[in-house]
Amino acid sequence: MLDGIAVDQVFVSLKHWVLGYSPAAIEPAVSILLTILPILLVFPVLFALTTVLERKGLGRIQNRYGPNRVGFFGILQPMADALKSLTKEDIVPASADRTVHFLAPLVLLAVAFLPYAVLPIGRNMIAANLDAGVLFFFAIGAISELSVFMAGWSSRNKYSLLGAMRAVAQMISYEVPLLLSSIAVIMAAGSLNTVDIVNKQAGFSGIFPHWYVLTPWGFAGFVLFMISATAETNRSPFDLPEGESEIIAGYYIEYSGFKFALFFLGEYLGMFAISGLGITLFLGGWGAPLSFLTWIPSWIWFFAKLLGLIIGFIWVRGTLPRLRMDQLMNFAWKFMLPMALVIVVSAGAWRFLPQGVTRWLISTLFLAVAYGLLARGVETRNKIAKRTYRFAE
Amino acid sequence: MRQMSAAFLILAIMTVLAACAAMTLRGLVHCALALAVAFAGIGTLYLSLGAQFLGLAQLLVYVGAIAVLIVFVILLTRGGDSDAGPLVPTRLPITGIVVATTILALLAWAVFHSSVIHFPASPVPTATVRELGTVLMAEYVLPLEVIGLMLTAALIGAVVVAMKEKQDPQ
Repeated sequence: MLDGIAVDQVFVSLKHWVLGYSPAAIEPAVSILLTILPILLVFPVLFALTTVLERKGLGRIQNRYGPNRVGFFGILQPMADALKSLTKEDIVPASADRTVHFLAPLVLLAVAFLPYAVLPIGRNMIAANLDAGVLFFFAIGAISELSVFMAGWSSRNKYSLLGAMRAVAQMISYEVPLLLSSIAVIMAAGSLNTVDIVNKQAGFSGIFPHWYVLTPWGFAGFVLFMISATAETNRSPFDLPEGESEIIAGYYIEYSGFKFALFFLGEYLGMFAISGLGITLFLGGWGAPLSFLTWIPSWIWFFAKLLGLIIGFIWVRGTLPRLRMDQLMNFAWKFMLPMALVIVVSAGAWRFLPQGVTRWLISTLFLAVAYGLLARGVETRNKIAKRTYRFAE
Repeated sequence: MRQMSAAFLILAIMTVLAACAAMTLRGLVHCALALAVAFAGIGTLYLSLGAQFLGLAQLLVYVGAIAVLIVFVILLTRGGDSDAGPLVPTRLPITGIVVATTILALLAWAVFHSSVIHFPASPVPTATVRELGTVLMAEYVLPLEVIGLMLTAALIGAVVVAMKEKQDPQ
């Protein structure tokens, strides 16, 4: 399987090959450049492809064609979009706070790229192998809330301010279950390092891998993680911050031209990054899903999983209606949060119970009972009855 | 004295400038944002000193939670548009001066009496996340558990307080 290893490490070898030819004085700089440049190139390209995929997919779901004019099957649509946004006038509202208005998209974009530093894209393919990689990811993610607020506040527009308030409130609320469901994995792996977490999930029982998603608490944690991730990235059905039908575009309503495109880029990069973290934590990172598929290079598996999650996001966006603000908050605090705490306890129990069928039964039963009780609690509180209107009849 | 590195100088200047901006800027929201930059600067300083966990926790807690909280409070109370009074205060802020000098004296005393200053050539301290975790779970497990319990209780308490829905008489 020498060929397999060569292909698996082709990018790493390429970097070392180039480094071998660079003079010693600039070698650190070249090394940094060669690490960062691929991230700066690959993920924006993935963003461009995802916009086509999303519009095509939504078109399918809504029984229409989607973009099909530019290039083959509309594949060049992102080029046209980029040209359009580059040639548009950059309008800044007269009463806007110019400095903050200008800085907001830049901060958002810088913060959107940083988390990729700790995502292992393939075997030996990580930009910065930090001890506390997962913590780094969440620390950077916290800054993006401020950039959203900057955009919304500096525009001096009540829609954008409403959108920013909604976005920040939602991001804070859903960060709690997001962090708690990751804590379950961190407890199981015993490390905050992303590479360690991936390595802990390597290996196979029979043909099935040791991914955390294939344990009862891991499955529940993964579902919770992805729901929180959807909310964190302000995607449908949690897209109230930009709800087109009520506050038009939310916090970036007053941005035009390429700054608007930058917001889109930042949003999608955030979505890829958080999906990447979900893959690292629950789906075995760059590991193959079945033992006889290990000959496929690790980076292909990472991007295959990433595409799978993106398609999931698009599917959810096309099929679910938007939540109301109170429903959103109730869901976060009254269902997600207790469920996440239950998952943490369940992960701890899983660690100390003896291996075997009993462990599976106990863990599954525990989670199922908790889920049933919590779901009942949410349901009875919001009795579904005929809606009565006080003022309109 | 050790040579100050370029990274330290840039970070230090950025932090100090941001802190000064947080004190002197006119708009409240600008002050809050400058304060967030200062927090981030301190966090990156910790990172450059090799204190990874501390630096990231600083970013997560101060920038991610406290700065956002400040911004939210400003928005919910004053709208962020109101101009504060003149920059130079009309009355002498005696309380402020007393508090500031007391804190400065206390910090200076603590720094000059700490054991660190008597070992100038100390080796580079290594505080990996794993070591921190081991110490927390072994030596300081009781305080950790108490704090954990308290925070969980606060979290659940907040939800319980918010749980009470107003019963509409209609």
